[in-house]
Amino acid sequence: MSQSSKYLILILVFICVFSIYNFIIYTSKSEYKTIHLSQKALKGENIWLQNNCNSCHQIYGLGGYLGPDITNVYSREGKGEKYIKTIVNSGIKSMPKFNFSEEEKDQLVQFFKEIDQTGHYPDANATIGKDGWVTIKNKLLENGK
Amino acid sequence: MENNKYPFYFIITALISLFLGMSFGLLGGLQYIFPDFIKEKLPFNAIRPLHTLFVVSWILLAAIGGIYYYLKSNLNLKFYSNTLVKAHFWLFILTGIGIAFSYVSKNFAGKEYLEFPSYFYFPIVLGWILFGINYFKSMFSSFKTWPVYYYMWSTGIVLMIFHFTEAHLWLLPYFRDNFIQNVAIQWKAGGSYVGSWNMLVYGTALFVMEKISDESRYATSKKAFFFYFLGLTNLMFGWAHHIYMVPTAPWIRYFAYIISMTEWIILFSIIYDWRKNLLQEKKMRFSIAYKFMILADLWVFLNIIVALLISIPAINLFTHGTHITVAHSMGTTIGINTLILFSSITYIFNTAFTFSERTIQKLKKGIQIFHISFFLFWTTLLIMGMKKSFWLFGNSSETFSKFQESQHGWHIAFVLFGLGIITGLGIIMLQLIKTFQQNKFKKHLK
Repeated sequence: MSQSSKYLILILVFICVFSIYNFIIYTSKSEYKTIHLSQKALKGENIWLQNNCNSCHQIYGLGGYLGPDITNVYSREGKGEKYIKTIVNSGIKSMPKFNFSEEEKDQLVQFFKEIDQTGHYPDANATIGKDGWVTIKNKLLENGK
Repeated sequence: MENNKYPFYFIITALISLFLGMSFGLLGGLQYIFPDFIKEKLPFNAIRPLHTLFVVSWILLAAIGGIYYYLKSNLNLKFYSNTLVKAHFWLFILTGIGIAFSYVSKNFAGKEYLEFPSYFYFPIVLGWILFGINYFKSMFSSFKTWPVYYYMWSTGIVLMIFHFTEAHLWLLPYFRDNFIQNVAIQWKAGGSYVGSWNMLVYGTALFVMEKISDESRYATSKKAFFFYFLGLTNLMFGWAHHIYMVPTAPWIRYFAYIISMTEWIILFSIIYDWRKNLLQEKKMRFSIAYKFMILADLWVFLNIIVALLISIPAINLFTHGTHITVAHSMGTTIGINTLILFSSITYIFNTAFTFSERTIQKLKKGIQIFHISFFLFWTTLLIMGMKKSFWLFGNSSETFSKFQESQHGWHIAFVLFGLGIITGLGIIMLQLIKTFQQNKFKKHLK
């Protein structure tokens, strides 16, 4: 068998394994726990996307670094719904001055409230194993979901 | 050789994109120092996607232009279609202008790095399909003798189409309402399409190294193919190191942890072997291309250290969401990809045109300014990352706003070194564009 045929077979093996792997990632909903965004939160997410909030803010540490992470802004001490509603239209520092209606602010708050239920960031209570692995604190288990 | 001008058009457009990308990067940096700076006209939520649009365009257009040039210059190949190259070029140019216009007019709709309205997905994918058709139609007959870089380019094209499509799965309600799965797939796709363009860039590195050294054995060796398959494993399964802190199933992240530990050894080993065996006369003939490749080697080495460390979850816990991640991605896109692509472009210019002694001296000056500035820029990012990590995990009661204010001096340093990068790369780009202008009607492009 020529080298090119061997490589071709190996590529086909990769494609098969990759297909199975992708199938599991796409279909196995239990791997991501049971939090589903409500219609109101999805509208809030649309506002988040349409204003490209991710360019300055992070969720789970993913996003831009000009503003703070908002994963747990809903439940963090001193923050919460009132704070969120005040700050989004404030135009503070380099933040654009948005002009969200009350309904839009409610939708954004709902989005933040529901992602807050999915986990912690930063996870100060994560435990580090001897093999370098980190067990993150699972908010869903804490909430009995 | 009228038909050979489009690869150069890709390359020149790539250089212009790099300049625009760096300029928007600088504007973004200035907003860190002066929060109100042009905030009404061009806020940070528009500047950042413009910056990433143009720097990603630089990488893709320079890699694609180089591949077209190399295929069209290979006398053993029958190039399939020049018309498709033209269609591909204009499709990407018009789409790029459309996306830039969307960002300037603050019309956003997508996820991070792909913030454009979703209908732009179609012309982008069509462009990649045209590239794929041309590539495979041109290359298929010689498959049995393909060196490893042809496999890498094929993989890059096919997986780019796949992962770019995957990055838009969130539009389907099935994926959209499960937030954690949605985040996981977004980063799976993002990590893997970066891996796909890396296949194009690293394949280009191997091609250029082979041509400079005139030594073709390595690219068909078992070692080269071992590294190719190891790289493919990383591309397909290593993405989850981006989301160690997102509560997906542990096996997804643990699998990525194991795979990620093999990352980067690949390219470092390849360049090291090549460098060891390269004859002095070849180094002299392609001195600028060689210089870029050697600097890329240094950055591969520096990035190996950072990448391996931050791929260990116990360290990633503290570095994730800080500028250490940015240092890693800048090290990859600027330190490795950009230097390899400049090596490829200067190799092409060296074969198609002639560099005058004066141009060579200016290019060397540009490289020197760039490299010193980039090292300082990268070090500043690492320091900023460490400071943020202390703030995040050090039980600080300081608010984010106060913390940012305390970083003011570092933000100034970051912008100044960024300005140095623009100056260095600006000199290099200017010399390349001038060389193209002076020669375009003389040799290949007549």
